[in-house]
Amino acid sequence: MTFKTDLPVMMPVKPHEPEPFLRLKLWHVVPIALLCIVGTTLAFAADGDAKQSPLAVLMNWAPLLLRGFIFNLVISVSAMALGTAVGALLGLGQISPNRIMSGGSWFVTQFFRNAPWLVLLFFAMFLLPFELSILGLKIPFPDWFKAILGLSLPVMANVSEIVRGAVKSLPSGQWEAAESLAYTRRQTLWLIILPQCVKRMLPPWMNLYSILTMATVLASIVGVSEVMTLTGRALSAEGGRPELLAPFYGFVLLLFFVYCYPIARYTVRLEKKFAVIN
Amino acid sequence: MSWTPADPMVSIKDVHKSFGDLKVLNGVSLDVMKGDVICIIGPSGSGKSTLIRCVNALNDIQQGSILVEGQEVNDPALDKLELRKKVGMVFQQYNLFPHKTALQNVMMAPVRVLKRDKVEAEKQARDLLAKVRLQGKEDAFPGELSGGQQQRVAIARSLAMQPDVILFDEVTAALDPETVGEVLQTIKDLAEDGMTCILVTHEMGFAREVADHIYFTDRGVIVEHGPPAIFFDNATDPRTKEFLSQIL
Repeated sequence: MTFKTDLPVMMPVKPHEPEPFLRLKLWHVVPIALLCIVGTTLAFAADGDAKQSPLAVLMNWAPLLLRGFIFNLVISVSAMALGTAVGALLGLGQISPNRIMSGGSWFVTQFFRNAPWLVLLFFAMFLLPFELSILGLKIPFPDWFKAILGLSLPVMANVSEIVRGAVKSLPSGQWEAAESLAYTRRQTLWLIILPQCVKRMLPPWMNLYSILTMATVLASIVGVSEVMTLTGRALSAEGGRPELLAPFYGFVLLLFFVYCYPIARYTVRLEKKFAVIN
Repeated sequence: MSWTPADPMVSIKDVHKSFGDLKVLNGVSLDVMKGDVICIIGPSGSGKSTLIRCVNALNDIQQGSILVEGQEVNDPALDKLELRKKVGMVFQQYNLFPHKTALQNVMMAPVRVLKRDKVEAEKQARDLLAKVRLQGKEDAFPGELSGGQQQRVAIARSLAMQPDVILFDEVTAALDPETVGEVLQTIKDLAEDGMTCILVTHEMGFAREVADHIYFTDRGVIVEHGPPAIFFDNATDPRTKEFLSQIL
């Protein structure tokens, strides 16, 4: 039987699925990039001068810029590794039953978590010596190494909070069950608590990595030869032609997007998956 | 003072406990002999759960004495790990380790804590899972089991440590009515095997059937106690009578 009604409660319920405004797929990047790069080239062609087209100039420089970008990735992976290792220890320190230990770890975490990344980077750059002599052995501290140290500080503090938050988010019954089975605190932590935390820590950790990768361009301000620095140099080598700005910086944006967007999508997928399990 | 099996296995004397200003236990005393099954009943917030959590030192006490096989629990120098090897505990929310299978849940503590041989511990774990009627569920994760099944795994996990006494903290309170029976049956089997059990429960029928002794607590004190036949039919204290009339 069907009957007409305009009462909303009587209408069949349509499952309302909020459509994301724009769901970007990886291939969408191609038209966007073409628009940026070809667009300026066309504008240039209309100009009709004898200089090389922006696209051709970009192609000349692309291998160098790519190498610079790979350097960004090396910095990001290294800073992430270092920050994660130290941050995990700091996070465990925060949940230590020892008051001095937990208080100290808490303070260090809060200090570095609430500091601007660029300031920390400057600190690492200008306070660390350019080389260190240990027993007559001179160990050089190149700029890129200092950049890794500087960027690993905020990563460390954020990882520390991720670890603390994940441990605290487990129900206390897990601790009690382990205690009542005579596990030591250390066994409880390593066999029971932390394995359950990994799952909870993964999405925020990947998020942090994505943010860190995008923050590696800060190293250009302190003179590390990463992609932004190289882009700037390439532009000035080309005589500062303004029509080159959009294609060059567009290219850099594209590189970061292609690298970071899949990470972001995958993080969302993991978050959804774990939300179902828990 | 050395403990002999003729002495109480658990001896609680004049225990006081408060959380901040809130007095939870106000001078509780009771003895549990080896092989006894005792049930502690009473209204919510009367301190039942707190009392048994003090027995394996999950909660500390401010005053009084708890002896487990002659070992004083209210002692700053207490070796909690040694105590907890003797005292098992099963929780209302099961608290199984969700990242481990049923078998791993049961065999992990014997291997890691008691340093027992892995092969032997696994054999024991399989036997225990069979004993709680969970053959075939060895490789299931807790999330794949029903509440009653999880609780039986938790009982097997506790048994795997070969404790001398097991504490049951309202172990059927979170279960669906249809699965309560299977858990109670498991506990009954244990009791028949001679395991010393201290239960906090709201299952009056079960308490009456299985317990050797019933304790009724209210506002941090034991109001009345006795063997089930006398306790349920001839309660004398008005508070007990009121409670029983509400429940039965």
